[in-house]
Amino acid sequence: MKCDLCDAEATVHETQIVNGQVMVRRLCERHAAEVGLTGHASVSIPAGSSSVVLSVQQQGSGLKCGNCGLSFAAFRQHGLLGCSGCYEAFEDKLSPLIERAHQGSTHHIGKTPRRMLATAREGDQAAIERVLGGAKEKAERVALLRKQLEEAISMEQYERAAALRDELRPLEGEEGEQPSWGAGGPV
Amino acid sequence: MKEDQGRQGGAGSWLAVAGRAGDVVVSSRVRMARNLAGFRFPNRAPASERTAILVRLKPVVLGARLSPHLEWIDLASTTSGHRSSLVEERLISRQHAMGKPGEPMHGRAVAIGLPERRLSIMINEEDHLRLQVIRGGFDLSGAMGEIDAADDAIEQSVDYAFSPRFGYLTACPTNVGTGVRLSVMLHLPALKITREIEKVKRAADDLGLTVRGSYGEGSEATGDFYQISNQTTIGKSEAVLLREMESEIIPMVIAYEHNARDRLMRGGRRGLEDQTWRAVGVLLHARLLSTEEATQLLSRLRLGIALKLVPNLDLPLVNQLLVAVQPAHIQKAIGQELTQDQRREARASLLRTKLGEAFASSRQPPRLIRPDRPEPPVGPSNRPEPGEPE
Repeated sequence: MKCDLCDAEATVHETQIVNGQVMVRRLCERHAAEVGLTGHASVSIPAGSSSVVLSVQQQGSGLKCGNCGLSFAAFRQHGLLGCSGCYEAFEDKLSPLIERAHQGSTHHIGKTPRRMLATAREGDQAAIERVLGGAKEKAERVALLRKQLEEAISMEQYERAAALRDELRPLEGEEGEQPSWGAGGPV
Repeated sequence: MKEDQGRQGGAGSWLAVAGRAGDVVVSSRVRMARNLAGFRFPNRAPASERTAILVRLKPVVLGARLSPHLEWIDLASTTSGHRSSLVEERLISRQHAMGKPGEPMHGRAVAIGLPERRLSIMINEEDHLRLQVIRGGFDLSGAMGEIDAADDAIEQSVDYAFSPRFGYLTACPTNVGTGVRLSVMLHLPALKITREIEKVKRAADDLGLTVRGSYGEGSEATGDFYQISNQTTIGKSEAVLLREMESEIIPMVIAYEHNARDRLMRGGRRGLEDQTWRAVGVLLHARLLSTEEATQLLSRLRLGIALKLVPNLDLPLVNQLLVAVQPAHIQKAIGQELTQDQRREARASLLRTKLGEAFASSRQPPRLIRPDRPEPPVGPSNRPEPGEPE
């Protein structure tokens, strides 16, 4: 991929979120240095945008997380990621690993941090999408649930199918409430 | 026994109830992995950052009203013996107790819900937060409800590392997504005897579950205790994961074990009785016992109680003894450092005393030589089940 500012190969990818818009810059080593992106840029998280991950991802000699500096090779060796930014920095390489470890899934279905979601709902659509994801995530989730539903039906697991249908419904229509677990709760 | 345990702050009260399907299911546990946004994961965070995480989380956890009382333990100020006893009680992981090689316990802590000791929150283990609820018997949804509420209470005050695509972000990608691990500890002696346990393992593997020995990763199952847990954490909601385990998989394993027990009783009741009472004999009279042997004997006794071959003893007693015979608990009971031989002696002595008391209070002194008939005096509470073969 070419640098945004010249024809050289882009080696540094910077992702940042400005007013709810995801901005990606791809720069060659020279231009990255000029704007102060070294591949080890410190990440600042603006107030009120809690889990927004800004990442600076360096490619080429060895994939590294721009936030914590962990190389993909070191992750492969120890099996542990260094920070939440690693998920974005290594996304393409992690996906097949996650898929293998989790029966073919790479998209989260289930709980969302409740306060985070409630706060996002007070904001605009972009704020909600930062928590729940946009159309792409939604489509992935629907496809995943439909696949699981088909499997359940073909194996005559009707109770499971009913539960999966319950999960599909809010995704295909409005966002539903999260399930409550009935018994329990803190004592 | 229950009161003693409470006063000593020993094994938790989740052990004091047999719970649903308690003849097969020892305990149910739900664990959630969570990380804070803006901090590196503990393995990558230097000591100062781990301290900052601890300082951030301590007031949050203590202020979240998770339990009538919370006991907060900074692991850096504990002895290794204390940490081992928390591992044996399953309130912290072995990894949390050991720390990283060559590294102190820096920033590691655990909060334990009192008085029941069934909720525990590890700080700076593999993830910033590991919430865990353990309950006696088969009660995954109860544990899930409790942990879900604790998770919400904590999230009121902190921002979690969360991504719309990957869900809750964890240091190890094997936990990413829901961050939820459901596990059930099962006592499967009959499936072991009939050699059907391998079939269960293969079936579990096909369903994306792992079967391990009772004390987690890599350990062989001593005394026929197996832990079954989900491997998949992403792509299935908490509700679906719970349903698979609670309504489908575990009831099936319980039914297999019951079936195998029935067949054993029909085909060789005398043999089972013999093995049970031999175990009782050794437990009541041995002078030296290793943890492994004690666990195996208690496993046999547990099966005997479940099959009503040993009247008037209850399963919670055995569950509590299974923890009490572990090395750090023996050391704690004696109150001083012991050599392995001294521990063996103390373990045998503890079992003689506790089981002796239990048999005495059940007014059913064990007989070393049991006549073929008549059966031991039958009181109102140990009358054979209707239809049970004499």
